[in-house]
Amino acid sequence: MAIGPELLTSTNECFMLFERFKNEVDDILSRYPVKRSALLPLLNLAQREEGFVSESAMKEIAKILDLTPAQVFETVTFYTMFNLKPIGKFHLQVCKSLMCALVGSDDVVMWIQKKLGIAQGQTTADNIFTLSVVECLGSCGTGPMMQVNDDYYEQLSEEKVGRVLDDLKRDGTCSLKTGPFMYPQPLAK
Amino acid sequence: MATYEKILLKNMEQPGYTGSLADYEKAGGYRALRTVLKDMKPDQVIEVVKKSGLRGRGGAGFPTGVKWGFIPKDHPGPKYLCCNADESEPGTFKDRQLMERDPHQMLEGMAITCFAIGAQTAYIYIRGEFRLGAKILEKALQEANAAGYLGENVLGSGLTINIFVHLGAGAYICGEETALLESLEGKRGMPRFKPPFPATHGLYQNPTVVNNVETMANIPHIINRGGEWFASIGSPPKSCGTRVFCLSGHVKRPGNYETPMGITFRELIYELGGGMRSDKPLKAFIPGGASAPFLTPEHLDVKMDFESVALAGSMLGSGGVTVMEEGTNMVWAALRLMEFFYHESCGKCTPCREGTSWLVQTLQRIWNKRGRPEDIGVLDELCGNIPGRTVCAFGDAAVSPIVSTLRHWRGEYEALILEAQETMPRSKEIPVFTH
Ligand SMILES: Cc1cc2nc3c(=O)[nH]c(=O)nc-3n(C[C@H](O)[C@H](O)[C@H](O)COP(=O)(O)O)c2cc1C
Ligand code: SF4
Ligand code: FES
Repeated sequence: MAIGPELLTSTNECFMLFERFKNEVDDILSRYPVKRSALLPLLNLAQREEGFVSESAMKEIAKILDLTPAQVFETVTFYTMFNLKPIGKFHLQVCKSLMCALVGSDDVVMWIQKKLGIAQGQTTADNIFTLSVVECLGSCGTGPMMQVNDDYYEQLSEEKVGRVLDDLKRDGTCSLKTGPFMYPQPLAK
Repeated sequence: MATYEKILLKNMEQPGYTGSLADYEKAGGYRALRTVLKDMKPDQVIEVVKKSGLRGRGGAGFPTGVKWGFIPKDHPGPKYLCCNADESEPGTFKDRQLMERDPHQMLEGMAITCFAIGAQTAYIYIRGEFRLGAKILEKALQEANAAGYLGENVLGSGLTINIFVHLGAGAYICGEETALLESLEGKRGMPRFKPPFPATHGLYQNPTVVNNVETMANIPHIINRGGEWFASIGSPPKSCGTRVFCLSGHVKRPGNYETPMGITFRELIYELGGGMRSDKPLKAFIPGGASAPFLTPEHLDVKMDFESVALAGSMLGSGGVTVMEEGTNMVWAALRLMEFFYHESCGKCTPCREGTSWLVQTLQRIWNKRGRPEDIGVLDELCGNIPGRTVCAFGDAAVSPIVSTLRHWRGEYEALILEAQETMPRSKEIPVFTH
């Protein structure tokens, strides 16, 4: 990990991020009687804005919550969703747990690797896609599936994966993402 | 095919139902909260829920009314409700549907629970990946606050009930109730030693109830239609009400199915789920999420209630049923689940932290046809030394895929090891473990 002792000692901080979101930060803080509870929400906010949790964000959060940077860092490293370094614009996370594996999640990983020419954990040269293989995302009946940033794409086929990747690259969004979840859809009466 | 009255999925299955406050009110929503605030005392609410026989839908099946009854009445400080929306048990995807399609149903249940236990503040701890669900809940909360169902002076009663959404950040163990509390306190999500239980020492060391989303969604219906009504559904007296079963794997129609408890696995898999997706017969199924031991075709006529599944040697757990067809290798299946448990162990207890890693390595070796004859003994011994020796129930759950596949399909392990012995000379070097 690229974070060394300077996290704990560096003094030339430039606290910028959270000033821009003062209202949101105040709203978050107002929800908890104990400040530290705001830690995950603030980290989530930082990652939403920067794509990863930077050192300066961690220091800034520590300051806001009266914690030491080490307390922030020890918490960050526990949770798999926090990226400690920048990743591609779209984070492709394919579920590989048993239920998805039964219906072909290993193929999905292969299709993506083939199409993008990257392996697990890698980012495309144009910084658009990062591929991760992850554990169950709570969509086991509609696998194989992947999460891309905030959205779920389910019941994937090779063709569907291709379309998702093409759309995202071209338009920055894709209409195949799942809306409010219900499966199976009720039969028309 | 038998049809059953749905309770929790009823609204959302109506054509055009959006889950908005207006739709929910039109379907009779928030009537239970009105009744409770106007005509009932907290103790009476707890009594009704006790009488209903409702048991927790998060996995452990603890009687909900009894749990609420443990909250001390004379506590001088605040009390809390936490709704467990972490839903990360592989094979389970019902809470997601309940939250995204009918959010007010669970919010009403939470408001009633707050009243019953005397809590002014409640948190919905939702897994970090469920961004859409969190957004939908935030919107529903705004609606409910604006309409006076939540916030200060709820429906003119003078009571304050605030509910907040709290997003996790990717860690299965945060579904365990004390890990959830640690995480909500902004720490690493590592389970606490129990006792003391959350009922007396929960969030910020104050009395706290932790309940699953589906548990909460049942509450308004129990208030509206009575404890006796609920207790007459399913397999009374121990398994009352419906469950939203999550069907996955090699079936034609996977998905969420709400039925009374006590239907058979055969009915769920072959009637509701349409049977096996190809011509291959069923080989194995998991009856209650990844933590539940595997069962075999002989168990298809077991009833889907807490007691019957326990008698068959497994558990109903979270209600996630995963079906595997003939041809699925059970060592492979156990390995996939074991990789999950290895990845998700929080690392607090040595038997779980080291044991899951050792188990994955041993299984990988066997699956990659480099197994050694003594490896089955290694698995047996490890699986015997983790359960009961850990802080939380994760340790017991983690060994269940291996214990149960070894029980029913030991021959598949032996065959792979035999093949290893035949196809390559005994190698001294053990494959490097990469994960
Ligand atoms: C390892 C582990 C993971 C758990 N994950 C969840 C979960 O994702 N969702 C949930 O509701 N309960 C989960 N539980 C059960 C909770 O600890 C707790 O029993 C439950 O939330 C209580 O609510 P209930 O009584 O309404 O079921 C888990 C338990 C363990 C031991
Ligand atoms: S049993 Fe495993 S998951 Fe549970 S506290 Fe111990 S190490 Fe953590
Ligand atoms: S196993 Fe893939 S989403 Fe659950």
